[in-house]
Amino acid sequence: MRTYTIALAGNPNTGKSTLFNALTGLKQHTGNWSGKTVNLARGYYEYQDTRFQFIDLPGTYSLFSNSADEEVARDYIIFEKPDVTLLVLDSTALERSLNLALQVLEMTDRVIVCLNLMDEAKKKGIKIDARKLAKDLGVPVIPISARNNEGLDILSEQLLLMCTGQTTTMPYRMKYNEEMEAQIARLESELRDIFGSEYPARWLAIRLLDGDQKLIATLKSRLSASQKGGITFGTAKALGSSNSHHSC
Amino acid sequence: MDETKHRQHLHQAALGEQFLIEQVDIHGEHKRRLLDLGFVPGAVIEVLKASPLGDPISYRVAGTVIALRKEESELIWGKVMTS
Repeated sequence: MRTYTIALAGNPNTGKSTLFNALTGLKQHTGNWSGKTVNLARGYYEYQDTRFQFIDLPGTYSLFSNSADEEVARDYIIFEKPDVTLLVLDSTALERSLNLALQVLEMTDRVIVCLNLMDEAKKKGIKIDARKLAKDLGVPVIPISARNNEGLDILSEQLLLMCTGQTTTMPYRMKYNEEMEAQIARLESELRDIFGSEYPARWLAIRLLDGDQKLIATLKSRLSASQKGGITFGTAKALGSSNSHHSC
Repeated sequence: MDETKHRQHLHQAALGEQFLIEQVDIHGEHKRRLLDLGFVPGAVIEVLKASPLGDPISYRVAGTVIALRKEESELIWGKVMTS
């Protein structure tokens, strides 16, 4: 049975772990990841003869590695490349959640957005046009209430569709000013020459322009590991079409 | 509509007032953090209440409550919205 990896990302207290538990039935395994003191919970869920491995990333407001939590979540999405990153947003505080959402959409196209806490939002009289949001963000948006088990079937179906390549997305990408875009374009093509499609070139270019030292250090150690035969980069043919199939 | 007197910083806004952020004059990771929490140019935030000693002061921003110290709020520039 094929196993797909789904990373759960979201702000703290958006019900990420509630969703995780609802789907995996509390059977979670925690494990340290990459020497950090941050624990990542892992759990499994089967749907229509498909196995999903869920990774509960630390809840953060951002992914610019201001903290160990943010670094772990960020590195997981970039370097481990889950089949889908499931963004869990708080329907009652969407404005706040969208900061993280836009950052994730810059990193990967394989994103599904869950609007969690829909029951709370309804109580507060908040209405969200999920269809319009999906159109604007360019990825599927699914309203759910994890604690009432609402919307989980639709979510599972969407996960399956995306994992099996039956959903195409057009993630919203921030446009920066002209000067910045010119720099991004220049770096992006150089990065593509180095890493192929292994890492999101545009995102990397933006991080480099921002002078993200931690990311540069991580990349350097990854590159030197690859020279020792540790990691192979996706230079065209070898990995080519399978853009995110890592072993689980 | 709101009338601009002159540029003010957030710490000058009184309790209950709404403040339109125009510039965050902080740098590095600390700035990033404030931006992530919703202290972004264009945002309107509300001064909620001060702690017993007057510092820090809590603000409603992007649907939640965040408290800032004077050192930070004095570096967030904009104007008080007069309703």
